[in-house]
Amino acid sequence: MFWHMVFKTVLRQKSKMLMIAFTIILGVSLSTAMMNVMLGVGDKVNRELKVYGANITVRHKDAALMSDLYGLNEGVGVNDKFLFEEDVLKLKTIFWGFNILDFAPMLEGKAVMNLPGKNSRAVDVKINGTWIAKHNTLSTGEELDTGLKALRTWWDVKGEWLNESRDDEIMFGNLLAEKSGVKIGDAVALNGRNFIVKGIFTDGGDADEEILMTLAAAQSVLNLGGKISSIEVSALTTPDNDLAKKAAQNPKSLSPDEYETWYCTAYVSAICHQIQEVIRDGVAKPVRQVAESEGTILNKTTLLMILITILSSIGSALAISNLITASVIERSQELGLLKALGAYNWQIALLVLVEVMITGLFGGVFGYFLGIGFAQVIGQTVFGSYIEIAQMVILIVGVILFFVTLAGSIPAIRYLMALKPTEVLHGK
Amino acid sequence: MSKSKSKQILELKNVSKIYGSLKALADINLSVNAGDWLSIMGPSGSGKTTMINIIGCMDTPSSGSVILDGLDISRENASSLTRIRRDKIGLIFQQFHLISYLTAVENVMVAQYYHSMPDEAEAMEALEKVGLKDRARHLPAQLSGGEQQRVCIARALINSPEILLGDEPTGNLDEENERIVVDIFRRLHDEGVTIIIVTHDPEVGDVAQRKIILEHGRVIQDIDQSSTFGNALKIHHEQ
Repeated sequence: MFWHMVFKTVLRQKSKMLMIAFTIILGVSLSTAMMNVMLGVGDKVNRELKVYGANITVRHKDAALMSDLYGLNEGVGVNDKFLFEEDVLKLKTIFWGFNILDFAPMLEGKAVMNLPGKNSRAVDVKINGTWIAKHNTLSTGEELDTGLKALRTWWDVKGEWLNESRDDEIMFGNLLAEKSGVKIGDAVALNGRNFIVKGIFTDGGDADEEILMTLAAAQSVLNLGGKISSIEVSALTTPDNDLAKKAAQNPKSLSPDEYETWYCTAYVSAICHQIQEVIRDGVAKPVRQVAESEGTILNKTTLLMILITILSSIGSALAISNLITASVIERSQELGLLKALGAYNWQIALLVLVEVMITGLFGGVFGYFLGIGFAQVIGQTVFGSYIEIAQMVILIVGVILFFVTLAGSIPAIRYLMALKPTEVLHGK
Repeated sequence: MSKSKSKQILELKNVSKIYGSLKALADINLSVNAGDWLSIMGPSGSGKTTMINIIGCMDTPSSGSVILDGLDISRENASSLTRIRRDKIGLIFQQFHLISYLTAVENVMVAQYYHSMPDEAEAMEALEKVGLKDRARHLPAQLSGGEQQRVCIARALINSPEILLGDEPTGNLDEENERIVVDIFRRLHDEGVTIIIVTHDPEVGDVAQRKIILEHGRVIQDIDQSSTFGNALKIHHEQ
């Protein structure tokens, strides 16, 4: 009899129930979209920010010390301290290796530049050798293409990028090219070795006064086979919290439990720590400005999504409240009759709540799938890729839906609790 | 449903009901025996509805006590009153108050559901008693006023209440349907059902075994019609 009454009422009040379902669809779809975006946005925002370069640099421990203590980034004790190229691929073997998106070993140095066919004197120039887009096969058999090209997506390149397999090509920073009068296709001699200028890049920083070449070429020019100065790493990280900050200062200060949590979370400090475990003599440091910006943007984006979810929930609750109250007032004679026939307040409240919950369930299911659609639209529009659907959103949306519907029903329940059968049955 | 005629089923002792400065009922004293048929009459505003609300456990008196089947209900809370009403009172309304989207038999079963457990066979039996078995699957909108009131009576009787309480049960009926409903009351009275009816209609009031007349919240007349009970019915039928 209970379910018979519930379903007949739902069917009889089609238009009102459709309005309630529509309100719930709007609220749930918005919440679903926001939460899926919120949960997927971490990786998306990180990936977006990764186009602006590396967020971790690995240097020789002595060079890092000189930089930390004296602010020196070149000279004795810095330029003569090297890491080993053979260690670079070990980056992908760390616990968070999957989060290491791209990396590039760098070998910096100075070379004497001559411009054959031009009447210019020899000058010292900064050269930088790196992997451009090197194809690697890891010890696990995994194939990997990585290099500076993936880390300098913002570069404006005239001509062409270097070819990883060509050790006789170089690129000029635009300021150096302008100063030297070098054009694409010119021949340049560096420490007596001839190169062809393949392209001219604009970085917007110090690199505009450097020459870029493959790592193998730089090692040959500088006579530093197998050596590198530093590694630039682009990693997906989790925003720092108090634990990460404590660990960044001194991982040994952590309790075993804290250490495990920290180690198994993709904090930038945890990834740096793990990098140091595999790179001989290496010290990995976050490029603090980038890492912090990522965290800040991520936190603010998440906060925005949560606020939108809360506001849409409140909006839905208010709209549902009005609709249910109107429905109960319209049915007051029927509900008063049930009281007169011996129904307790809780039995009538249950009847109304179940009607609303069933409507809410239909609206919720429809709204959930609509929300997934919205999330994909947002993903495509903002991030240019699909948002991964988080299973936990179903649970969260279910809980929100239940409480929003319950909260929206409170005024109606209060009304029917106070309803006196004598008043409605006598038409007062 | 046979009851001992000597058993006192209802007693009102010095019952008053005051709304602000208005005294709807003033020191009412009344006792009703099981199996009695009582009419409550009086002009509008005389306190008839207030009295029936109190007897029907839908309201409580401002003072005095109401003893229903040995239990003082005047100080019970809303929840207890709901339970007592469900168990002891069968209500009939002038406006019928059937649930529009339920069939006749389902309307009867609603009262069963909130009392104990719905039993369609029993509900059909109750409808048969009021001559509506063949209309059991019809919605209220498909029934005449008289038929709707008979469904209302079947619903009131389904849980075998101590008292059948009617608030102007013939107020919305034509003469033909009024006669049918009164006949049903007569039959129920013969079976021993206690009937208390508020009515404006002197003819309906006169067919009862006993009639009280209210004015300004007081009982101004308490008429035992036992001696003319049969005659009244006969006259009523002849009319």
